[in-house]
Amino acid sequence: MEVKLVKKVLSVNDTMAQQNRQFFLEKKVLVLNMMSSPGAGKTAILEKTIKRLLPEIKTAVIVGDICTTNDADRLIKTGVPVVQICTDQFGGDCHLAAHVVRNAASDLNLDHVQLLIVENVGNLVCPAEFDIGEDVRIVVLSVTEGEDKPLKYPLMFRVCDAALLNKTDLLPYLDFDKETVLKNIRQIHPDMPVFELSAKTEEGFSDWIEWLKNEVEKKRYE
Amino acid sequence: MHEMGIAMEIIKIVTDSIPKHLKNPKVEKINLKVGKLAAVVPESLRFCFEVVSQNTPAEGALLHIEEIPVNAMCQSCSYSWTAIEPVFICEKCNSGSVDLLTGRELDIVSIEVEEDG
Repeated sequence: MEVKLVKKVLSVNDTMAQQNRQFFLEKKVLVLNMMSSPGAGKTAILEKTIKRLLPEIKTAVIVGDICTTNDADRLIKTGVPVVQICTDQFGGDCHLAAHVVRNAASDLNLDHVQLLIVENVGNLVCPAEFDIGEDVRIVVLSVTEGEDKPLKYPLMFRVCDAALLNKTDLLPYLDFDKETVLKNIRQIHPDMPVFELSAKTEEGFSDWIEWLKNEVEKKRYE
Repeated sequence: MHEMGIAMEIIKIVTDSIPKHLKNPKVEKINLKVGKLAAVVPESLRFCFEVVSQNTPAEGALLHIEEIPVNAMCQSCSYSWTAIEPVFICEKCNSGSVDLLTGRELDIVSIEVEEDG
């Protein structure tokens, strides 16, 4: 006999993500899901970003990593609350799922927090598929990676709301063609803002910070 | 890369959907829709499914995967097309405001289940 279902395979995660979204809305906290391949510079960007947001915007961070607490150790030094998720404990996953983010968020006091940043596991494939209840998604691409990354991982660049092109201080030493990567990003997501910056020199940070502050502001009055 | 987790979700949904009155149910076939843009590799999913379905009513079931193309529609001129490549700019009016109508599916459509001897 045939049993009709028409059910989303990820419906359990999607439902949990919606509950997260409702919870974060009640807390009036903007949740930012930051994704990239390993080594694109997410943690370095966050260190500099948090420094520029404080004390105006109270921030907290959830860090997802397969192993080690290295990223959390670095971010704790900025003075904001940090919760580390080692996905190893959840079966060595390649992404953060909604229930994992929910558990981590319950370890934070979000009452006076305006921005919760979730640093996802370094991976351009799986995190794009899993809703965690975030408001905005950011993808970081560094100029030491190929210009064709957006074409190889179209879903990631399609689902994100902004892209950060990191390590621009290295451009003079590389064969990386910036115009090609920008063209490739625009093919996938024509309207997406792209911020060119360097986490090392902090060049280009002001536009990114302004955009982020504006998103936090929008959420406050939602 | 997360096909194992997806295979486990499929087994759970399928097992929960087997009509209770069946004795020794055996799932013969699972019909899935997977969008071309979904981050799922059908071959990996089949492999993982084979592993995690062992000793469940879905062991040995055929995974029938219908791949769904990426259909896009322009918000500006309403032109719609099937995207062969990941280029989401309107072919007609060059607008970048494009909706993706299909291509992200990851759905179980139906299962075929029988009583085992």
